[in-house]
Amino acid sequence: MPNFNFRPLWRYEDQFIDGVLTTLLLTVSATAIGLVIGIIGAVVLRSGPKSARIGVRAYIEIIRNTPALLQIFIIFFVLPTIGLKFSPIQASIVALSIYFGAYASEILRSGLSSIPPSQIEAGLCLGLTRWQVLSRIVLPPAIRNIYPSITSQFVLLLLGTSIASQVSADELFHAAGFIDSRTYRSFEVYALTCGIYFTLVVFFKIVFALVGRAVFRWPTRR
Amino acid sequence: MRQFSFSDLIFLATALEWTFLMAAIALAFGVPLGLALALARTSGSTVLRLVASAFVELIQGIPLLGLLMFFYFGIPVLAGKDVPTVVAVGAAYTIYTAVFLGDIWRGGIQAVRQAQWEAGACLGLSWLQQFVHIIGPQAFRIALPATVGFLVQLIKNTSLASVVGLVELARAGQMISAGTFQPLLVYTLVAAIYFTICFPLTTWSRTLEARLNGAR
Repeated sequence: MPNFNFRPLWRYEDQFIDGVLTTLLLTVSATAIGLVIGIIGAVVLRSGPKSARIGVRAYIEIIRNTPALLQIFIIFFVLPTIGLKFSPIQASIVALSIYFGAYASEILRSGLSSIPPSQIEAGLCLGLTRWQVLSRIVLPPAIRNIYPSITSQFVLLLLGTSIASQVSADELFHAAGFIDSRTYRSFEVYALTCGIYFTLVVFFKIVFALVGRAVFRWPTRR
Repeated sequence: MRQFSFSDLIFLATALEWTFLMAAIALAFGVPLGLALALARTSGSTVLRLVASAFVELIQGIPLLGLLMFFYFGIPVLAGKDVPTVVAVGAAYTIYTAVFLGDIWRGGIQAVRQAQWEAGACLGLSWLQQFVHIIGPQAFRIALPATVGFLVQLIKNTSLASVVGLVELARAGQMISAGTFQPLLVYTLVAAIYFTICFPLTTWSRTLEARLNGAR
């Protein structure tokens, strides 16, 4: 049996905590900005002019068919050559937002198109304004439909922020690398780090399930 | 400092072989394991279901990068001897592939109605015959679009093997970029190569999905 020694890691408690906080900062900011991008993207895909639609499609396809690692490299290493310089954290937030935005656009678009047009027409016939139709008829079921996809995308993003360590943004995975280089306890460090990620994921999954159950209470047709 | 040259293109092509090789290893071992996981999660045995589900939850709750590090540093510690990087990385990608494919295929198997298992049983078919002749083919059709979609994720994610020093496409790009100081050219080229591989797969997955929805 190999001798594990987790004791040296206790001294680095602060680094682990800071790492977790930065990971959460990356995840939450990229989700927030990504959702804004996603809303714009979905609206353009649905009712924008043709050229804009092609642009958004191209954006979604390019982001979804190239590795996120390269996207973060391009933001961090290539943009400075044309004068756009970012700190590692900023570059990570920009890259992850663009990444999340592409997936969010697609999810939100499918959410909007899951509402049959006849329901919108019915609302308009009843004399509701366009805004009322959107806020009372389209959005509640659409949000309910996309809730599972968006929340699982959030979890994937939380795990995906680990690649920000590759441009030396000091999030959890980067902290792990630092502690590893100080303690030479690689296996223990990464086992603990994986455990922390897993705990975060389970926590968010439980919260999302509870929120989902509390918010989407009305019965469905099916 | 040197210019980006023809030999760099050759280097990228060699590295691309590693990208494909990693994906191939992951599929070769991950597919049978994933099938086993999917069957365990849809089986009648509560213990099997719980163990398989817990394993899937666990792996899906840690970053692939963490999985890579865990195997890279873990196999030498646990096995007591050093193994080549390819083995450690291959093991991590195998587990990753098995878990995600297992989850997709579980969905496919569950989408086929329970009554069909029962109908098979009524005809005197064994469990294996029921799966091979009745459930499997239908589940395969249902799960195929998502399976192809996962292939795209797998190929993109082989880029993370660069972190433990495996010289695949992304790592080769980093090395050439560092040597030539032309990150714009190199990274755009590398991204374009990934896109050329992944986009047809994405399109294929979408076509399959549309065909499936049309058939139902």
